[in-house]
Amino acid sequence: MGGEGLKIVVLIKQVPDIERVRFDVETGKIDRSSAPAETNPFDLHALEAAVQLKERVGGSITVISMGPRQAESSLRDALARGADRAILLTDTRFAGADTIATSRALAAAIRKLGGFDLILCGEKTVDGDTGQVGPEVAEILDIPHVAYVSEIREISGDEVIVVSDMGDKYLYEVKLPALLTVTRELNTPRLPALRDVLRARRKRIELWSADDLADYEDPSRFGIKGSKTIVVKVVVPKVEHRRGVIFRGGDAAEKLLKVLEEGGFVKP
Amino acid sequence: MSGGVLVYAETTDSKIHPVSFELLGKAREIAEKLGLSVWSVIIGFGVRQSARELIYYGADRVYVYDHESLKDFNVLAYKEILVKLARETNPEIFLIGATPLGRSLAPRVAAALDTGLTADCTDLWVDEDGDLIQVRPAFTGNILAHIKTVSRPIMSTIRYRVMPMPKRDEGRKGEIIIKDPPEEIDARIRSLGIVSRRKVNLADAEVIVSGGRGLKSKEDLKMLEELAKLLGGVLGVSRPLVDEGWITKDHQVGFSGNTVKPRLYIACGISGSPQHLAGMRDSETIVAINIDPSAPIFRHADYGVVGDLYEVVPKLISMIKEVKGVSRP
Repeated sequence: MGGEGLKIVVLIKQVPDIERVRFDVETGKIDRSSAPAETNPFDLHALEAAVQLKERVGGSITVISMGPRQAESSLRDALARGADRAILLTDTRFAGADTIATSRALAAAIRKLGGFDLILCGEKTVDGDTGQVGPEVAEILDIPHVAYVSEIREISGDEVIVVSDMGDKYLYEVKLPALLTVTRELNTPRLPALRDVLRARRKRIELWSADDLADYEDPSRFGIKGSKTIVVKVVVPKVEHRRGVIFRGGDAAEKLLKVLEEGGFVKP
Repeated sequence: MSGGVLVYAETTDSKIHPVSFELLGKAREIAEKLGLSVWSVIIGFGVRQSARELIYYGADRVYVYDHESLKDFNVLAYKEILVKLARETNPEIFLIGATPLGRSLAPRVAAALDTGLTADCTDLWVDEDGDLIQVRPAFTGNILAHIKTVSRPIMSTIRYRVMPMPKRDEGRKGEIIIKDPPEEIDARIRSLGIVSRRKVNLADAEVIVSGGRGLKSKEDLKMLEELAKLLGGVLGVSRPLVDEGWITKDHQVGFSGNTVKPRLYIACGISGSPQHLAGMRDSETIVAINIDPSAPIFRHADYGVVGDLYEVVPKLISMIKEVKGVSRP
């Protein structure tokens, strides 16, 4: 941590609203136009943590995302919430990336930024749900990481003390630079004020292509070319047939009790 | 048999996590199809005695890293061991439980080995071409993706309690190889111990009684907890109640909480959002109590009670007490 405070990088992803997105049952394809895009909810907690740390010890926040141009709206929102700089990795050569190819691109972008102290991201994204990109980025950058961080207790010049919620809660002391993936319990993201939203509108979002990262990673390791996993098929799971017996009226509880007794759940 | 299917045996307090046995069962099945051996690796302190258990559940060979310096989970030290072992032994397939620990550790190992990793699989099989198909739910379980890996080892994390538990067989023979711990433990991460234990273990519960938005106040959770206890179960909740701060996240059932598979799941005042269904739809018997007959939860229930939970649940509690012979206060 230099004289100018903590240099924080926050990784964010734009995702479809998972509660509303529809699927074509025939093809198993996701109809992305059926739901509005939003910032991955977990990442907003990472950004909030970054803003709180900056308020506490000073520093700067750079948000990085990878995706199509429409992801700019998530980055602009991040600027309104307190980020100082926003970078979008956007290029058809990034498209179709699995987690390792995504991580290579993000790690290359972080290297290109120069020095950093702390990288924050959500514990997972609601669309991919792998939780792999954070730890993979940390491995590629050869820095320690802690996953499922539910509390940042202390941060000093060269280390951070955090609680990791892995069922049981573990306390870890970690040397900086480090990467933390955060849970929703860490904080409550604040909504940006109107004046910050307006100010963010005038800020520039930097667009980086695969070529812009070529000094830091071989671009053949990005996107679908750099991916090691292939989705060969997508199927809509058969909804398990349930009996669907419905009880109504005054003796519903009695009927339910009978079911529980027959199932062996209630024994004299 | 030259190659192997490697299974990471996870431990807490030198006890093996049961997901490791489930993985050994699956590994056995795949290994037999592909003409491979089953290997396992266990890391920790005081874990040497447990190596034989891994053989009883299906391992042909167990690599043991048993040292005081490995007592607490250190992602960098454990990663280094697994990467080195994978480079030495060249497994075809490498399976890790999709527990919080596994999901933190596996991506680092995969990135270091520059290989593909499929997260949170619910099924694995060998197809007619001899390729491993990894099945994982995506988009809160609305779709299932079938995934192949083009690099080696093929790595996957596998969800707890989706694979059947294999039979323990004390007659099984296998080889135990004691390995040296790393000369130096990466000190960039230091574990300072456990600050709080999980209060409830939903994943292992046989009966779960859950409450949702239909509850009027935090106090009413006590009523559901009473029902849960009478049925020998534990209390669960849907996400909104955790967001409200009524209860801790270890009670949360759903996509962003715990995936559960009890013998009996009773949803009280839970409408059945995709996020909640993703966490409990594999339960053996599902009961829903809800005042709204159009609540989606009824489409996923074996038995539904359309009614006010504030009438149904107290009535049920007193009737169960009667059956059990519990005297009323």
